[in-house]
Order: sequence, then C-alpha cells, then structure tokens
Amino acid sequence: MTIDLNPLSEAVIKGNIQAATQETQKALDGGGDPQTILDQGLIAAMDIVGQRFAAGAMFVPQMLRSAKTMQACVALLKPAFQAGTVSSKGTVVMGTVKADLHDIGKNLVAMMLEGAGFTIIDMGVDVLPEAFVQTVSEKSPEILGMSALLSTTMPAMKATIDALKDAGLRDKVKVMIGGAPVTAKFAGEIGADRYAPDAGSAVAAAKELLQTS
Amino acid sequence: MPMIIVGEKINTSRKFIAQAVERKDARAIQGVARAQADAGAHYIDVNAGTFLGKEAEYLSWLVETVQAAVDRPLCLDSPDPRAIENALDVHKGEAMINSISLEKERYDALLPVVAGRPCKVVALCMARTSMPTSAQERIDVAAELIEGLTGAGVKPDNIFVDPLVQPVSVDVRMGPAILDAIAGVMTRFPGVQTICGLSNISFGLPLRRQINRHFLVLAMARGLSAAILDPTDSELMASLLTAEMLLGQDEYCSAFIEAYEQGLLAINR
Repeated sequence: MTIDLNPLSEAVIKGNIQAATQETQKALDGGGDPQTILDQGLIAAMDIVGQRFAAGAMFVPQMLRSAKTMQACVALLKPAFQAGTVSSKGTVVMGTVKADLHDIGKNLVAMMLEGAGFTIIDMGVDVLPEAFVQTVSEKSPEILGMSALLSTTMPAMKATIDALKDAGLRDKVKVMIGGAPVTAKFAGEIGADRYAPDAGSAVAAAKELLQTS
Repeated sequence: MPMIIVGEKINTSRKFIAQAVERKDARAIQGVARAQADAGAHYIDVNAGTFLGKEAEYLSWLVETVQAAVDRPLCLDSPDPRAIENALDVHKGEAMINSISLEKERYDALLPVVAGRPCKVVALCMARTSMPTSAQERIDVAAELIEGLTGAGVKPDNIFVDPLVQPVSVDVRMGPAILDAIAGVMTRFPGVQTICGLSNISFGLPLRRQINRHFLVLAMARGLSAAILDPTDSELMASLLTAEMLLGQDEYCSAFIEAYEQGLLAINR
C-alpha cells in the first residue's frame, strides 16, 4: 500500500501545523512506515524549504514556521519508532564560541540541519574550547559547528580546533564555522573544513562534508 | 532635539571598504566620509572588525584618515577595548565609543577608558550571559550600565543606550520589546540618550530598506535620540526629516521645507 505524502510535504513547506499533523496522523493510521513518513514527507519538504531559502525565495519567518511544523510532526512519529530505529544523517555538535552570546544564527542553522535529518546536540552560547572537545570526545559527532559574531571571539574557533588537535580528535570530526564576521578565507586559515554563510548553505555544506544527500 | 546621525558606511564588512582599508586607499575612505558628512552625519562610524589581528592598527588608520578629510567626531565601533584605546589616542575631539556592555571583560577594560576623558559612550544592552529578549530585561541592563557609568563620573547626557536590535524575522515580539525599551529608558533616566542601528531589525526579510525606514520612524516616536544609519540614503533621510517635523522637533517646519526646496524629498522622482 502506498500513502500519498505530498499533502504532508505541502503543509510542512507552508508551515501549516494543523494540516501537517493531521496528515502525519493519517499516514500513521493508514499503516505508513514512520521512517518513510519522516524521509519522504518531512525531510523532503525541509529540503525544498532550504533550497528556496538559499535562493532567496523564502524568508526566515517562513523557514522557522516550516521547521516548527516539522518538529510537531516528528513528535507524533516518535512513539511509532522502536528505540534506536530512526535513521539519522549524522550528528552535529553546535555552539557559539567562548565569550560570545549571539545565538540567532546558530539556532537557525541548528533548526535547518535538524530539518534535513541530522541529529543536533546544541551546546548553547559561550562554549569553551575544552567543552567542545569533551562533547566531541563523548558523542563522536560527524560534524562540529561553531558560530561567532564578534571579531574578538573568532580566535576561539581556532583555539577550539587546536584543542581538538591536541586531544587527537581533529581527524575524527569535520568542522564547520559561520557568523557575520567569519569568512571562507578565515576558515581556511584556522584549519576548519567548511565555512557556511547562512542556514541554507550550512545544510548543503554538511551534506557535502558527509557525502550524503 | 534633532536626531543625532551617525554615518555607518565605513565598515569593513562592506567589501568596498575592506579593499580600501587593505590597500590603505585614503582617498576612497575620505570620499565615503565626506559624502556622509555632506548628507548630514554628525558622527562618522569607523569599524574594522573583520580584520582579525589587525583591527586595532586599521581602526587607528581609519581615524586619522577620516579626520584628515572631515571635521567631525567619530564613532569608534569595536568590541575590542584595546582597538578603541588605540583609536582614541589619535582621535581629535570628543569621540563616541561603541560600545560598552555588561560582558565582564569588555566592561572592566572600557570603564576606566571612558571615565578618564570627555567622550560619548554607547551602552549596549547585552547582559552578562545572554541576549535580552523583553523590554524589561533591556531596561534592567541599561539601568545597571547607567549606574556603573555615572558612578565612574560619566555624565548622563554622554551615555547613549543601545537597546540591542534583534531581527523581527525570528521573533515578532522583538519589535515592541525594542520600542518599549527605548521609551522606558527615555522616561526613566532623564538626560540619558538612546541610539540604535537599523539594519538588524530586518535580517531575514525582503525589502529591508523599507523595514529599516519604518522602524526608524517608530523608534523616533518613542524618543530615540540618535541613529546609526546611511545618511546618503535619501528615502531614509526623507522619512527622518518628516518624522522630526511631525514630532514637533522642526520649528516652522523649516528643515522639511528647505529639504523640499532643494529637491531632497523628491523620492518618487
């Protein structure tokens, strides 16, 4: 039996929580496989949202609305998954670096990565290099994402990468960075793997780094 | 009181400026400075924040370069106390320092600097460990900053509280929170001034200049005393002049009429 997941995707793209949760429930009640609903209904919709956002055809409030809609649907799906059976594209540890309290950009990136099917461990703001290292060591994420909004806090990105090297973890994790004063050139200089200028490109960059789609 | 205008264009986050600074192209920088002064800027903002490690050197160069061309005080825009101190050493007149906040390192390093000399200081409503969300949180941070600054001898009218503008695209409650904070600071702390940049409000949305323009007018209606903006944006300046008149700050509507006669308000061409 095939279930039409297009109405669900449409509702997620529009950010219509009511319609999207109804469609999710309907798909579940109709015997739909939760993983398929997640991949082909929700993540597929968020892929489109990310692409439209990156192309300037969708704006931040619409993206947020779609992400919130997806979260509500995922909450409905959760009980249907046996523990450990949800497939993840990979784990991303994220945070704003030491002495920096800006979280808007970091939160947008986290939300879009989550929408794309990544598992997010959000460490919040003012995260010390040693705290990043500890979490990378404990959780073995595929990617570490760091944000900095101030020229004075950008050096903490380098300090974190250096601390990863000292801990022998640098080759175990890809490092992505972003934030208003951050550039691709800076990413190269400090030995990060990627720079992403916005949430949409962060998703594309993460997929590229892990060579997934 | 007419609005105090801080021209925002000399910022190395703009490619043209970054290239000019890297090449030490004084003429290019001075051209941008003159255009802003001619358009009515009372202060010229200088920001070299994208040059990690070289920010202090470049900021001082910008101060000397701009002040060689225009007779205006500058707004020294950096989160780095050391860059600000170096820039102050070469600055002529009373600079505006942008900015101090409750973040401990910044506060401890800048307080003696601003207390020790005649200058204006922007007090950014950034709390110790988080960004404020509500108007009340902003006013609480402002109260603490004002107390600290005046306690160190800074005169209230030299303090410009920046309510910390955050985008409405991520939370529509930001608009009223910022506007209420401006009104709250202006009524609760007589003599203290308020200032803000405009562009953060419109992050993540289309038609950003239109949003910025309307935000400026709304903020002015709540008492905003200074703004960091692009004074060469004629539509923005037309809104500013019109709002000043409507708020009773333009005696006999003379600035408005003069601008009209000079063709400065003909935004529909």
